[in-house]
Amino acid sequence: MTAGAAARQKKLRRAGLQAFLITMSVLWVAPILWALYTSFRPYEETARLGYVSIGGVYNLDNYITSWTQGELPKYFLNTVVILVPAVILVLFLASMMAFTVSRYSWRFNLILLMLFTAANLLPQQVIITPLFRIFLALPMVAPLSDNGVLYDQYIGIMVIHVAFQLGFCTFVLSNYMKTLPKELNEAAVVDGASVWKTYWTIILPLTRPALAALATLQVTWIYNDFFWALVLMKSGDRMPITSAMNNLKGQFFTDNNLVAAGSLMIAIPTLIVFFALQKQFVAGLTLGSTKG
Amino acid sequence: MANDRTARSASATPPAAAGGVAATLPAPKKKHYSLLTRRDTITLWLMAGIPTLVVIVFILVPTVSSIVLSFTSWNGVGAIKFVGAQNYIDLVQTYKPFFPALAHNVIWLLFFLFIATPLGMFLAVLLDKNIRGTRIYQSAIYMPVVLSLAVVGFIWFLIYAPEQGLLNNVLGRTEQGNQISWLGNPSLNLWAVLIAASWRQVGYVMVLYLAGLKGVDPSLREAAAIDGANERQTFRHVVFPVMAPINMVILVITVIESLRAFDLAFIVNKGLNGLELLSTLVTNNIIGEASRIGFGSAIAVVLLVISVGPIIFYLFRTLREEIQ
Repeated sequence: MTAGAAARQKKLRRAGLQAFLITMSVLWVAPILWALYTSFRPYEETARLGYVSIGGVYNLDNYITSWTQGELPKYFLNTVVILVPAVILVLFLASMMAFTVSRYSWRFNLILLMLFTAANLLPQQVIITPLFRIFLALPMVAPLSDNGVLYDQYIGIMVIHVAFQLGFCTFVLSNYMKTLPKELNEAAVVDGASVWKTYWTIILPLTRPALAALATLQVTWIYNDFFWALVLMKSGDRMPITSAMNNLKGQFFTDNNLVAAGSLMIAIPTLIVFFALQKQFVAGLTLGSTKG
Repeated sequence: MANDRTARSASATPPAAAGGVAATLPAPKKKHYSLLTRRDTITLWLMAGIPTLVVIVFILVPTVSSIVLSFTSWNGVGAIKFVGAQNYIDLVQTYKPFFPALAHNVIWLLFFLFIATPLGMFLAVLLDKNIRGTRIYQSAIYMPVVLSLAVVGFIWFLIYAPEQGLLNNVLGRTEQGNQISWLGNPSLNLWAVLIAASWRQVGYVMVLYLAGLKGVDPSLREAAAIDGANERQTFRHVVFPVMAPINMVILVITVIESLRAFDLAFIVNKGLNGLELLSTLVTNNIIGEASRIGFGSAIAVVLLVISVGPIIFYLFRTLREEIQ
């Protein structure tokens, strides 16, 4: 083969590769672009011209209608009430747990790490039946719960998110903390710092990159969770936005144009994560998996 | 950043592996303990105790209870009566949706295992090369990963809907009578849902695999190139074996994700009529009026038993340094 032919073949392969990747990328974003396109067209226009058509009127009416008709603000607020304390609490508890298992030698280190990691991998449905009963039985005090138990309460959904995500966060954070030099603890001891002070003023600040990545990931996951509130809440009024979607489709969204606008609005917070915090999100995902 | 992280977690291995040395020198360890004051010890117990208590109460206790309840006929009220293996016998002999659900979970797993996961890995390998536009391609394929499966369901509903959906409109099958019911037809809807699920899974696998590929020591590839290996040979004999730990993690994630499959099936038709899954059967047996706790638990235990294998496998792989 001449050098020219080899170069030409290489060029051809590059072009083929580009064509393949462009096709895949277009296929991959097409569903979202289709939703976006449909969402800008009033129902009357698509009824008149068909869904696969160009022209007619484009406006934001579907967004306004689905926002009010689907009562989206209410559900967004429910999500915030659950999500913010859940993420703060899970990171706080997991960092404490990770600190003890990664910086001190305990007898129970391994068994605890196993328990936490396994807890994180279980399908949610394995625990839901007894959990449902526990939520009905465990007493909860008044300001946190208006029916005296965890069932059908914001606090209940928050608690189960914390419990379920603790395993993953502890696993990631303890791996991260293990990479910090041991001497840090020894120096702290020499300085007479207490365990709490070592955790709070020395280790935790150094863990900030991992915490940021995990926070991004947890916000997305908890925001996206569909299952817990579906089973552990009864009042549709209190559902976080993602679980509320189960009722939204038939009850409020009467045509596909509204469904498109509504689902895109519900996706906005996660799309913000995609566009603005992609690095953090990917770092969080890979932190949990590349440790082999 | 992902790159940096991977490198860091990779470099974390040597000191941990050197734990064997520390074990032969117990002296500093002991000294470490004696330096803790009483207050410090209590602090440590609380710091580990509170999270552990949360996991025990809300994860471990329900898991064990599932097993116990699966041998009872409890319906939520009255006394708990033990019925032996009756629920399991009913499950196999009289409960019609059980075997379809089991089959659908297996199909889900095989579809992920042989289509979504390899496609994600293949794309990662292609996109790991220095080609023009790789960032844009990566972003496009990774975008669905951040979306909830409920949103994924809605977005694909716009494609699959019988009259207003993109697919039937493109195919010209929107008339009453010749419509294709992608989500309603029980022999089609599982495949339709699997495509929607894979839309997200492929990106997930790609992201994980890309991070792994970035962690492969470039000098290995160079050495292979000097030895005259072509790209394919280099991947097969050099890169892929080095990626063994990540291949395992991805395998476990694939299995676990297939067992967890729920949201899409439930949002389409509550997991009925062609979309039965073990997870939807459990849910349908406890929510609403039907409170068959014993029976629902038996299905949950089947799900648990299938998950235990991959979970143990994963534990030993990821915690093997600590185990040694």
